[in-house]
Amino acid sequence: MPGSLPVMNVGAVEMAIRFGLAVGARVAERSVFERKNYFYPDLPKGYQISQYELPVVVGGGLKVRLDDGSEKFVQLTRAHLEEDAGKSVHDAFHAETGIDLNRAGTPLLEIVSEPVLSSAAEAVAYLKTLHTLVRWLGVSDGNMQEGSFRCDANVSVRRPGEALGTRAEIKNVNSFRFVEKAIDYEVERQIRLIEAGGTVVQETRLFDAHKGETRSMRGKESAHDYRYFPDPDLPPLVIAADDIERARLAMPELPEARRQRYIDSLGLTTYDASLLTSDRVTCDYFEALSSAIPGQPKLCANWVLGEWLGALNAAGQTPEQSPIGAERLGGLLVRIGDGSLSSKMGKQVFEAMWLGDETADAVIERLGLKQVSDSSALAGVIDDIVAANPKQVEQYRGGNDKLLQFFVGQAMKATKGQANPAQLNELLREKLKA
Amino acid sequence: MSPDLDTVGGQLDALASGASSARELTERALDRAAHAQNRLNALISSVGADHALAAADAADYNRAAGRAGPLSGIPFAHKDLFCTAGVPTTCGSRMLENFVPPYSATVHERIDAAGGVLIGKANMDEFAMGSSNEHSYFGPVHNPWDLTRVPGGSSGGSAALVAARVVPFATATDTGGSIRQPAALCGVSGIKPTYGRVSRWGMVAYASSLDQAGVIALTVADCARVLDVMSGFDPRDATCADRPKIDVAAALARPLQGLRVGRPRQWFGAGIEDGVGAAVEAAIAEYARQGATIVDVDLPSSEYAIPAYYVIAPAEASSNLSRFDGVRFGHRCADPKDLADLYKRSRAEGFGHEVQKRILTGTYALSTGYYDAYYLRAQRVRRLIANDYARVFADVDVLAGPTSPTVAFKLGEKLADPLALYLADINTVGVNLAGLPAMSIPCGFSQGLPVGLQLVAATWREDLLIGAGHGYQQVTEWHRAAPPGVSP
Repeated sequence: MPGSLPVMNVGAVEMAIRFGLAVGARVAERSVFERKNYFYPDLPKGYQISQYELPVVVGGGLKVRLDDGSEKFVQLTRAHLEEDAGKSVHDAFHAETGIDLNRAGTPLLEIVSEPVLSSAAEAVAYLKTLHTLVRWLGVSDGNMQEGSFRCDANVSVRRPGEALGTRAEIKNVNSFRFVEKAIDYEVERQIRLIEAGGTVVQETRLFDAHKGETRSMRGKESAHDYRYFPDPDLPPLVIAADDIERARLAMPELPEARRQRYIDSLGLTTYDASLLTSDRVTCDYFEALSSAIPGQPKLCANWVLGEWLGALNAAGQTPEQSPIGAERLGGLLVRIGDGSLSSKMGKQVFEAMWLGDETADAVIERLGLKQVSDSSALAGVIDDIVAANPKQVEQYRGGNDKLLQFFVGQAMKATKGQANPAQLNELLREKLKA
Repeated sequence: MSPDLDTVGGQLDALASGASSARELTERALDRAAHAQNRLNALISSVGADHALAAADAADYNRAAGRAGPLSGIPFAHKDLFCTAGVPTTCGSRMLENFVPPYSATVHERIDAAGGVLIGKANMDEFAMGSSNEHSYFGPVHNPWDLTRVPGGSSGGSAALVAARVVPFATATDTGGSIRQPAALCGVSGIKPTYGRVSRWGMVAYASSLDQAGVIALTVADCARVLDVMSGFDPRDATCADRPKIDVAAALARPLQGLRVGRPRQWFGAGIEDGVGAAVEAAIAEYARQGATIVDVDLPSSEYAIPAYYVIAPAEASSNLSRFDGVRFGHRCADPKDLADLYKRSRAEGFGHEVQKRILTGTYALSTGYYDAYYLRAQRVRRLIANDYARVFADVDVLAGPTSPTVAFKLGEKLADPLALYLADINTVGVNLAGLPAMSIPCGFSQGLPVGLQLVAATWREDLLIGAGHGYQQVTEWHRAAPPGVSP
């Protein structure tokens, strides 16, 4: 729009600082916005505001766990703030290209890694770690379909020991699966090219998800001269040490630290700890749940990763949409923990809770599901069964241990399945011993 | 004595006493505008008389209800690069010939809120590029003092309208002298405040780091009054400073006695017309007579101001004007055969020659391989120039000299010699590079044409300019001289 001016988005700066701190980078006390000049229909001003020579975040790195269980530290070059461009829509109109400017001008943090990733799988593992982290920090909702998290992959090949080869950049890939496919395709293409005596051209390529291949976007003869220069509409971004310190104090516990704590202090398995810390909302749910019923971290983890996530998946809902809050689920786990409910009954109660807003106790009351753990009540039942089945008592005492299950079954029948099985076993053994 | 209805102050007195209504003043301005249009070609975008009169009636109503703002009922014109919601904003360009902005510039919002009545929008050099107002798609503006001569530029329409007593003030912008030079050539007063004093939101950019909005009026007091309304912090412009307002009353009361006036040797060099030099020297002598101290000072980097300006301003312009590509706003060529054709022809058809020339110059200066030699070097020169000024302001309050080395020249005279035209800004561009406040006030005549005195102060010291300019107008009559053929 003629006459309009940009202003700094303070929230975006705060997020850049948070990200920089989370990856152990240096947050620049002074960074500069420049204009990257080029003409394209989805770029309304004819230039993009970006950081070029002086970015806001410098260095840092991420610990990435690979599929084989090993760990790799991926160094970051920088992260800079810029404005997003619009989107050209090629398939919505017949023989015409549409321009969607809805995201034009929204803030974007471009995170650049060093050339240290040596396979498509490593790249994807790195991206997933990054994805978890930016969602964790609230920097991005990570929605890849909407383009809130997308990837430009620079790919080159070399023989062992040689210097890095010429790279090709694959632009705007928007799913982990496509990143893996695109890189694998590009690696193959470059190897074939070189082995056929050709050379790789430094260029921008597009991944065609339908054909599963990359293709050149523009030839080098039309290579852009972006004519970067400091944006005279925006003074340099100056971040005071105080602001960085404040952000540091407000930092949430990071996923890696939490994972380690779950393994070391809560005694969770590595697998469970990793799963729980792969998503902030799930993990915070677990935190709330395990603090509601202290001392039972494994029970909590089992329920979060089992019933709760299972129910969400089945309903096609995200953790944010969970109809059962951590406090309400805690009420159920308390009943399981104190033996009032068997885990099978727990699942029945859970299902009822999912469909309404009752507390666990209300559901138990309504369905009459309370497990009979009162030993005097059970003792009466057992006395009756023993008296009524003298033959089986005789055989059991004669050494046929398997008959215990017969008495358990009878007792369950008599209590309509509400007897606490562990307690029942114990009482029966005691009674039949004599 | 009846109030002087040509000035803001006089009109406000008349409104306050009930001697005039906003409707009468607006009708008077519209009549004068219609009368002047054939001769001056100073207005290019119309508000519509009904619209202006409705605003005037609203101002009268508000005044009667005791809700008069500081400019309630005062007719005015905007330079046609301030966006005005619902009113065409052309920037003097074919590119924006049919552009009607959906929003208003901060400057317009503030004047509107203060009760000003917009009667039309003033002609200008296309996208504020030029010093003669001959680079307008809508034809040149004629100088009211001599219709065969230029009014100066780029705010030529604003200066001509005020000189012809059509409106008591007009907004203007100054990137390299575009308020001061036309004010000088038309014999009126114009103030360009410190960079950052007035919001640039909604003001179509030429060179963002140099552009600054200001006022052209008949008196310094009127300039100060309007500037007070326009200025102040605006969160929509990151370069707009959060500074205390100018204490206008105190500034106007400042005596000339004891004022330290610097006389930069470099402003009186070769190329200055004898008559201009004589009028300016006489004005400086008047300051001395009023008790000011006159000091000769040096601005050694001055000679580099023009080359530095003509690198930095076109560089920024080349980027600022990229948004006019035929895709969204402005001119689009007919039947483009592909995207590149759309860009090329829309821009070739929409932009005039001077604008194209500056876009090309700026693109070149920012290109890989030339950036360091041109843009970066020009920025270093800019720093040296700012340092020159900072140094002299340790010893003086204001600098005084000729705004323009010449009086208004003939239409067409310098069109064939762009370098000569660029040199019209030789004394003004350094001020923009340093971000300083400056003013031009009438100080005499040469060959029957007005001569302007340029005053410059340190950053944020508009109060010194206002004091020096107003003090001078209290003891001289130059600002009262009107060109022939003013009233209908």
